[in-house]
Amino acid sequence: MSGAAQVTKRAKYKISVKDPGTTGALRMNDQKLMFMPDNRNSGAKLVVEFKSIQGHKYTKEGSNKPPLINLANAQGGSYIFEFDSYSDLHVCRDFVSKVLEKSKETPNAALEKSAVKLPDEQLSEEEMQLRIKLLQENSELQKLHRQFVGGNILTEAEFWAARKKLLDRDPSKKSKQRVGFKSAMISDIRPATDGRIFAEKPAVHRAFLNFVPNKMTEMEFWTKYCRAEYLSRTKNYHAVVAEAAEDEELAVFLKEDDILANEVRKKIRRVDPTLDMEADEGDDYTHLPDHGIFRDGTKESNELQSEHYRRTLLQDLNRHAAVVLEGRTIDVEREDSTRALAEALARSKRGNEGADNNANEERLDRTPRVAEIEDLQAPHCLPLAPLSIKDAREYFDSQQANTLKASRDSQASMKCSLSRQEAYGSVRDAISEIKDMGLSDPIVNPEVALKVYSGLTHNISSIKYHLGKNPRETVLDRLPSATKEKLLYHWMSIQELLKHFWSSYPITTPYLYSKFTFDDVQVNRLKDALSNIYPQLEEMKESLPADLRHQVSLLVRPMQQALDAAIQHYDADLQKRSAKSGEKPNGYV
Amino acid sequence: MASAPSKLYSDDVSLVVVLLDTNPFFWSSSSLSFSQFLTHVLAFFNAILTLNQLNQVVVIATGYNSCDYVYDSSSTGNQSVGNGRMPSLCATLLQNLEEFMNKDEQLGKQEPEGRIACSLLSGSLSMALCYIQRVFRSGLLHPQPRILCLQGSPDGPEQYVAIMNAIFSAQRSMVPIDSCYLGAQNSAFLQQASYITGGVHHKPQQLDGLFQYLLTIFGTDLHSRNFLQLPKPVGVDFRASCFCHKNTIDMGYICSVCLSIYCKHLKKCSTCGSVFGQAQTQSDEPSATNRKRKTTDA
Repeated sequence: MSGAAQVTKRAKYKISVKDPGTTGALRMNDQKLMFMPDNRNSGAKLVVEFKSIQGHKYTKEGSNKPPLINLANAQGGSYIFEFDSYSDLHVCRDFVSKVLEKSKETPNAALEKSAVKLPDEQLSEEEMQLRIKLLQENSELQKLHRQFVGGNILTEAEFWAARKKLLDRDPSKKSKQRVGFKSAMISDIRPATDGRIFAEKPAVHRAFLNFVPNKMTEMEFWTKYCRAEYLSRTKNYHAVVAEAAEDEELAVFLKEDDILANEVRKKIRRVDPTLDMEADEGDDYTHLPDHGIFRDGTKESNELQSEHYRRTLLQDLNRHAAVVLEGRTIDVEREDSTRALAEALARSKRGNEGADNNANEERLDRTPRVAEIEDLQAPHCLPLAPLSIKDAREYFDSQQANTLKASRDSQASMKCSLSRQEAYGSVRDAISEIKDMGLSDPIVNPEVALKVYSGLTHNISSIKYHLGKNPRETVLDRLPSATKEKLLYHWMSIQELLKHFWSSYPITTPYLYSKFTFDDVQVNRLKDALSNIYPQLEEMKESLPADLRHQVSLLVRPMQQALDAAIQHYDADLQKRSAKSGEKPNGYV
Repeated sequence: MASAPSKLYSDDVSLVVVLLDTNPFFWSSSSLSFSQFLTHVLAFFNAILTLNQLNQVVVIATGYNSCDYVYDSSSTGNQSVGNGRMPSLCATLLQNLEEFMNKDEQLGKQEPEGRIACSLLSGSLSMALCYIQRVFRSGLLHPQPRILCLQGSPDGPEQYVAIMNAIFSAQRSMVPIDSCYLGAQNSAFLQQASYITGGVHHKPQQLDGLFQYLLTIFGTDLHSRNFLQLPKPVGVDFRASCFCHKNTIDMGYICSVCLSIYCKHLKKCSTCGSVFGQAQTQSDEPSATNRKRKTTDA
């Protein structure tokens, strides 16, 4: 990878692949590449800016083709260079790709630079990264940013002040997650030193704490434990009972875990009776035989005395699953010996008990509140203001009185000249007329019908032409896309500028004041920007064909009105200010 | 907006509830005479009933003082009354209409105040919606209902609230309200009704071709409207009437609690009773403080 700022190689410039090409020297630097033919008179000299190069292709080393590089430019043309050797090709290719990459990065670098030069704001590194990322993701935002912050109309701080929500995202903190237990069950007898056995079998844990190092060493403890495990696996209950009777400590391992039993009882008590559970058809197991569980009653044995020593696989599985899901409560790496591990585990368990008690109390509190027995309750007297909903009829009646007053309705063009009786009489006559005469024949005059029909057809087709087939189509969709984009872009920039403009009124701080002064450093940025948009809008309107112009001017009018309002307000405010300050020149503090 | 699918009938069975404007003050001064109007309309009803054997037509008369059901094609008590010169549909309808007009005349006592009185559109809309609700609850087997308003009288701004309520409940039950306005001016209420519920509004240019209009535009059933092009109004008049004076207004004040519309600023909403806050006057206060600060600076 050559780090040189410039590469010079001998190459042949070809117009197309088949072209024999003109020999010469190819020189590339950061900005452009130059090709100088050997024969000065052949006229194939070439100077191409890297900005106009879109991409590059090259032939692979293993193929039988000569080493070529093909640089494609923006207009679709290409420049093909043939090198003497593949190593030359590689050097040039690396250089080209480096330059192209760098040129893609420069807009971001510019953003970074402009983001960096903030004298009055300390941005942390990650905030800057976040901003750059936001700008890269949202091209509209980027355009706005480039136009306003790049054009020195708004400062960086102001631009982002309105977008606090975007920046508020907390960078995802590295959550300190501990690696949990492996979900594979311990199937081999060797105890692993990660405290898993202690977590799964609290009786063993307690035994460990009690026996080691008082009664026996760790080795002995684990030996006994393994013996117990082995015995229980043989499923030879008589042997189990016999050995348990002999060795007390062994019996501890073989007995049912009473700590576990206690825990389970506590868990049952902890169940929230106020939980609202809906039953659905899937819960209806009662009509299935054996409640949906297949049971083969033949293998049931009645060995009551060895029940204590029997642990079923289900119990083990459930316990194991519960422990794995709970995760580790202590950091394993910190503990060196098993003894220390056991103690740490015991400590953490004691800590949890206190929290449990509180939760219990809270639940006991809540239960009677939620599961109220209605007829035992005292009547509720809630301190609320009573609703005053008036009778609806009152409203309508009062409105009737209003309607009898003379109204200014402009639809009163046709006045009724007949009295009531006459009016009703005429209607009744009409009805009797029909009854006598029957329906007229033809009901509709054919010419009239034809006129109606063609009128309707014309109406429908013309509406379709004007409004388009889709009634939900907006005006914007019918404009050419370039115009639509320009309109939307103007609209967005007007919104942004107006947002900042109106937020700085009323002018209370000197900073806001400085936005509008005629200081030579800070020219009247916002107002100028606002007034500059006017000619742009006009220009856009002019460039359109006549039939679209009207619609676009309808769309543009509210934008212009908003701009007018802002500039008017500014002028009025300026006048007021200068009137107050008396002899002082305009805006000069 | 298509109406709720009627599950087991075929797609194009329709129940048309027609609201017939029988305001005598309007008809006595209209260019189209009431008898001609009735001719067109009766032939139109016949046509609807011939389109499909299961089609139904219900006619509600919108009078000046009252509204009432005048004809129901599904009722079995349609005796042929009078001479045999017209189908029993027409005879029954006309008979009932006459009785209705008599009753209506007796109910009213006052003369109209000079302008054309409006008919009780809100009443007949409500009756139509009740009938349609009954049809909905009659089971799965029912035609697709729609409402057709044949109205000539102008809008009564005092009925604004009731009409809007009826329109919204029609929208909720997915019943389109078609409207054919026969009067001289435009009816904002009917335009809004058709727009909101997804019906068709049309104001016929030639009243003597009314039958052709009715058949072409309002005879189409709801299923066919998916692929037929019907005339769309270019714009809709969305003006409301204020709740205090019943004037039609474009801009006004709205209570933020109950959304009642008023034409001028009030201290308290007359519908829900909520008290409005003080309007902020922007010009005086900041300049006063500015002035104060200026003097302390200087």
